[in-house]
Amino acid sequence: MELLPTIWFIAIAVLWTGYLFLEGFDLGVGMLMKIFARNNTERRVLLNTIGPVWDGNEVWLLTAAGATFAAFPFWYASLFSALYLPLLMVLVALIFRAVAFEYRGKVDTDRWRNTWDWAIAVGSFVAAFGVGAALALTTTGLPLDANGDRNGGPFSWFSGYALLGGFAVAGFALLHALAFLALKTDGDVRHRARRWFVRLLPVLLLPLAGWAVSVQLLSGEAWTVAVLVVAVVAAGAAWFQARSGNEGRAFLAVGLFLLCGSASIFGAVFPVVLPSTIDPAFNLTVSNASSSDYTLGLMSIVACVGLPLVIAYQAWTYWVFRRRVSAKHIPEAHSFLPAIAAKAFTRND
Amino acid sequence: MEALEIARWQFGITTVYHFMMVPLTIGLGLVVAVMQTIWHRTGNPAYLRMTKFWGKLFLINFIMGVATGIVQEFQFGMAWSEYSRFVGDVFGAPLALEALLAFFVESTFLGLWIFGWKQLKQGVHLACLWIAVIGSFFSAYFIIVANSWMQHPVGVEMIDGRPVMTDAWAVFTNNTALVAVPHTLFGALAVAGGFLLGIAWYHLWRRRRDGIDTVGADGKVIPGDAADIPGRDLTDHTVWIRSLRIGAVVAMISFAGTALTGDLQGKLMFEQQPMKMAAAEAACHDGTGFSVLSVGNLGARNCDDIVALIEVPGILSYLAKGDFTTEVKGVNSLLDQYKADYGTHLPNDPLYGERAGQEIEYVPVMEVTYWGFRMMIGFGGVAALAALLALWVTRSGTVPESRWLMRLAVFGILAPFGANAAGWIFTEMGRQPFVVAPNPDLNGIDQVFMFTAAAVSPGVSAGEILTSLIVLTAIYAVLLVVEVKLLVKYVRGGVVSAMPELVHAPVDENEDATPGPGGPGKAGTVDDVLAFAY
Repeated sequence: MELLPTIWFIAIAVLWTGYLFLEGFDLGVGMLMKIFARNNTERRVLLNTIGPVWDGNEVWLLTAAGATFAAFPFWYASLFSALYLPLLMVLVALIFRAVAFEYRGKVDTDRWRNTWDWAIAVGSFVAAFGVGAALALTTTGLPLDANGDRNGGPFSWFSGYALLGGFAVAGFALLHALAFLALKTDGDVRHRARRWFVRLLPVLLLPLAGWAVSVQLLSGEAWTVAVLVVAVVAAGAAWFQARSGNEGRAFLAVGLFLLCGSASIFGAVFPVVLPSTIDPAFNLTVSNASSSDYTLGLMSIVACVGLPLVIAYQAWTYWVFRRRVSAKHIPEAHSFLPAIAAKAFTRND
Repeated sequence: MEALEIARWQFGITTVYHFMMVPLTIGLGLVVAVMQTIWHRTGNPAYLRMTKFWGKLFLINFIMGVATGIVQEFQFGMAWSEYSRFVGDVFGAPLALEALLAFFVESTFLGLWIFGWKQLKQGVHLACLWIAVIGSFFSAYFIIVANSWMQHPVGVEMIDGRPVMTDAWAVFTNNTALVAVPHTLFGALAVAGGFLLGIAWYHLWRRRRDGIDTVGADGKVIPGDAADIPGRDLTDHTVWIRSLRIGAVVAMISFAGTALTGDLQGKLMFEQQPMKMAAAEAACHDGTGFSVLSVGNLGARNCDDIVALIEVPGILSYLAKGDFTTEVKGVNSLLDQYKADYGTHLPNDPLYGERAGQEIEYVPVMEVTYWGFRMMIGFGGVAALAALLALWVTRSGTVPESRWLMRLAVFGILAPFGANAAGWIFTEMGRQPFVVAPNPDLNGIDQVFMFTAAAVSPGVSAGEILTSLIVLTAIYAVLLVVEVKLLVKYVRGGVVSAMPELVHAPVDENEDATPGPGGPGKAGTVDDVLAFAY
């Protein structure tokens, strides 16, 4: 097996895992806006736990996509064109969600806030579900022809794995968000998040475990099954840690679950990056989908410098904003009038 | 319409839209960083207010650039899979590096800047903004390296029918990119200049209309203090007049910058894509004259009935070669050359789908190239001239009372946006029918090209692309309305819209003593957790 394409397969697996780990909790926090938070103050507590970091987290998605383009252009081209409509949904969801974070507090009416709250909640769910479906399908296969193009029309990508992957990432994101909120907030939100975490852990992690098991059945190896067992142990540990009030450890254990789950999935499909369900001869693999060694070498050098730097300054950001947020920190909404002399008022917005 | 045409419309609409947000982000980011630096150095409260106010507008706009940028990263693969496969080895790297080395920096450090007013030391907080701004410059550099490779492919060899990168240095120092980057950055600054000028004008006008500022017998402004309107004090006048002057100066400098770099770029383009430049001129025959007004059926894509009504002799030669006499090749003679070099019909290759065997149209849509080129220069020049006039008119320290002049200044914000959009539409449409234009410079490498007709995703149906075109266009339209409404609301609120403390506390000149880390927040330690809250 060629060395550089293998390294880049691992790099892309790391980028996707980094994305799911980091944006996992901010997507989950977004989903919890409507089902968990009870009033506007709680919603703002939720938002402000991820306020300084969500955009940096989202860049992991852009980097994963960009690195796939650069390192495996055939993988990028086939996956993204085959999943045209589901990825359109993801884009729409991410657009609304991003704009909603910034604009929600800019007009002081309930209707305005409520509209953007829905955009955040639904947008976060759709984005998580869509990314999960796309990742599941790249591990279980799409109806690709010899050129790598999708056969069978706009919906021929659909399979049970798409749903499984969608629920896997959405479920994981929700659980990770509960762990994150227990760690990052104080007061009622913190305790409720921990209670929800303990109660919901099995059901929220089940789809991801199911996806990992399916991939093991399709193409697993001894070591990937072993790693999956570690993932299940980590999930158990997360449950016990949360129940005994160790919020930091519970959060890390959920992260370990993701890391091992993701390693077992990517490890099992290797060296195939995108199987064809029409004919295994059309499978895209680490060797036939990759860029030249020259390009991969260049990217390796830059990534070796760039990625540790990114991790370092993002970690610093989390350190800067390490304080717990609670309802008492939330300032009043800031409403203002046009800076116009009273006699000239024509409207009051 | 078939998938190819719909996909082209989609790429055009989403990219032009994205590039309304981007130049304002790049230009205004730099301006705000300079303002905060001045405040940091001098402690002048006017500059803190300017930082906060323009920073708020910057963020309202920034988020739209972020949201619409994700579409860009995805749609190469979604709608242009054949293109992605063909160019991936060389084109993917700058995109990946843009995300890794620029987007991470921009988004992370901007997050620190927005939320870190109290958590970070003043100097560190300022550094975060500078790092984010420099990140946005790097992002411009990487994406233009990628685009320049489509305009002028270098540093590759054809292996198995695909260009494979052999010289990264050549790709990342492509001369096309080295002139396009400063041209684009100056274009972005021009947008920021116009933005400052128009909005500051509005506020100075508002202050005069409300009777706060008056003009004395010596023709100089007498700034006033309106006790009943929060934030409308003496410092407020300084905020707007300085913003106006900064905006005007920035607009003029950046126009000079775009003109200089644009001239270099034009000379390169006459060599690299002679047909684009001939089409920019609607110049059918070889000659030396620059057309000021040409009439005829530009859209017919043939030169038989185009007449240059007004022409300045020698100028075209100057634009192309730097002298006034060299004949510049017109569309007709270039056409024969292109047909000889790259064929008259699309190859009978399944890549082209139903388009295989069609005749190749080498002349770009001249209505677009001719007028795009002139709109770019025209809008840019008008904005710079207006900035110069604005400096003259406001030498008294305020603006005239005329409502129409104020409206003109606000409306003028659009001119640099128009220049940016026109320039990109010109250069992208002028590259057609190629998505990767052939490089005529080097032996062998001129076979590295791709027709746009071969680039679209073969497996994606026209219906899918039409769906995304409609969905994205509709969402973008709605969000544009929302963004502009919010910008208007925050602009009308004045500095207070970005500084709640000006409403709650009586205004005094100590506001520059915004508590640093550990400093006395209004609510003690509680304030330190959220210096800014969503």
